[in-house]
Amino acid sequence: MEVKNIATTIFSFIPKTEGRYMVLTGLAIVITVCLMAVFAPLVAPYDPIKSTGKILQPPNSAHLMGTDNLGRDVLSRIIFGSRVVLAVVISAAIISMSIGVPLGLTSGYFGGKLDRALSMLMDSMYAFPGLILAIAIAAVLGPSVVNAVVAISVVYIPTYFRMIRGQTLSIKSLLFVEAARAMGASDWRIMRKYILPNLIPTLVVVFSLSVADAILTEAGLSFLGFIVSAPTPDWGFELASGRPYLPAGYWWMITFPGLMVMILSLGFALIGEGMSEIYAPRREK
Amino acid sequence: MPSLKAYIATRVLLVIPTVFILLTIVFFILRIIPGNPIMAMVGQKVPEEVLQKLMHEAGLDKPAYIQYIDYLHGILTGNLGKSMIWGRRPVIDEIMDHFPATLELTIFGFVLSVLIGVLTGSIAAFRKGSKLDSSMRIYSIVAYTLFIPWFGMLLQMFFGVYLRALPIGGRITPGFAPKTITGLYVLDSILTLNPTSMLDALSHLLLPSLTLGIVLSGAYTRLLRNNLIDVLSQDFIVAYRARGVRERKVIFHAMKNAFIPVVTLMGLQFAILLAGAVLTETTFSWPGMGTFLIERIVYRDYTSVQGAIVFYALFVALISLIVDIIYALLDPRIRY
Repeated sequence: MEVKNIATTIFSFIPKTEGRYMVLTGLAIVITVCLMAVFAPLVAPYDPIKSTGKILQPPNSAHLMGTDNLGRDVLSRIIFGSRVVLAVVISAAIISMSIGVPLGLTSGYFGGKLDRALSMLMDSMYAFPGLILAIAIAAVLGPSVVNAVVAISVVYIPTYFRMIRGQTLSIKSLLFVEAARAMGASDWRIMRKYILPNLIPTLVVVFSLSVADAILTEAGLSFLGFIVSAPTPDWGFELASGRPYLPAGYWWMITFPGLMVMILSLGFALIGEGMSEIYAPRREK
Repeated sequence: MPSLKAYIATRVLLVIPTVFILLTIVFFILRIIPGNPIMAMVGQKVPEEVLQKLMHEAGLDKPAYIQYIDYLHGILTGNLGKSMIWGRRPVIDEIMDHFPATLELTIFGFVLSVLIGVLTGSIAAFRKGSKLDSSMRIYSIVAYTLFIPWFGMLLQMFFGVYLRALPIGGRITPGFAPKTITGLYVLDSILTLNPTSMLDALSHLLLPSLTLGIVLSGAYTRLLRNNLIDVLSQDFIVAYRARGVRERKVIFHAMKNAFIPVVTLMGLQFAILLAGAVLTETTFSWPGMGTFLIERIVYRDYTSVQGAIVFYALFVALISLIVDIIYALLDPRIRY
């Protein structure tokens, strides 16, 4: 029922403001890529890990985006590659959200020493370059998809924490919260029934923007070899595989996967930017 | 009586807990996370005695709290241990060999990002509501979502492979390096009055710093646009104009006021700049800290990896301190 609530709120707000084009474009991009990932075996013209043509063929009618150094179809690899990036980024976002939001909410609501300690910890983590933090974690844990999820979710916990804590601080001093307290509502009830629903617009914005950023972090980690290994297709990794062929002018091996990284990241960024224009919550980043 | 001195002193003191927390996070990540970092990095197939020896060398056979004390003590005394591969040089020396390259790249990338951002942002603000304004707004979002290795490789392909105008990798043509004074090639070649080296260094710098500069410029574009529009509608600007102050002077004052929040953004952007530099360095075979970090992870040189991460942490803390002090100098309201 909560999901339905969000959906109706989104769509009732969309027609009124100029952010709607951004949100709709973003949604169109994200939904298309998600469908592509889910139905990859149906959509992809070839097997992504088998050689299905001559090597290093430029885009042609049989291979719309050309073939790579092993004769594999670049388009099929891109279509299947969307699975890894989406899986990693969405699971990481869910994990960071389910840690960052409760921490930020309770920390902001109760205040005190624990709040100060947590805020300092989160601020320090936030100040540290995200990709380098993710690299450090991935290096210790070893390259794998699961470890990449762990690394990326750690990076974005402070983003959720800071934003939710800040919003909680301003909401908890509002009159309707005072009223609930005067009527004897418990802290737990106030947080859940009065504050949390008001955090949802912020959360939608932070989620979209941090996923947009996480896509670039995932692609970066993948490019550096911390997520998948051959022959698994993943966009960032494709760029690393295509890099040695760049000086010879084989542009298609890197151009299309990188373009997809940008388009998907742009999709989420547009949703986030559009939503923030619609709701205009305070933003820090 | 609030004073600038008191503010700076407080801010400097606040660096201590920040650095302490950052170093603790790094320690925690590199050691406590599941079991044995050496094993994770070296792999399972190493014989037991080699593993023991490596652990002993890295001090990892001691109890965790002693490791932690050793670690902090090492950092305080500038001793980051010895590299575990090749010449077994002190890690701090290795870092100092690579750091100038990163510093040079980030300085140029930073300057370009601010220049591009200020230019595009002020164009958008002065043409508010026009098509140009909308395209600058789209630019600010798109620039941010560019994937650095991809954008870098496109530039390499166009300027390096297709036009053959610029080198596609490295920091300098072998044999052209100026005499080392600071390690920053452009600065060194100016100091040694060596124009050939300078041109060579600049031609290598152009594409990587442009990559970083464009990707980071989007945030400045948007911030400056919004600030400038705010400032331009304020009373003092209207008053200037009403009194017939020359437009150039009005713009100067508007820019000065719109610029203060940009300094804060510079501090926030710095972390993104360093992270972006890791990818830029890898893309352009730039021999900096990022390349060093990735290379040592690949070679499983645990002490170097730890040293590099610690160095990044200290560098980030230092820069945020400098940014806060600059901010206080610019904005007289910030005092303790």
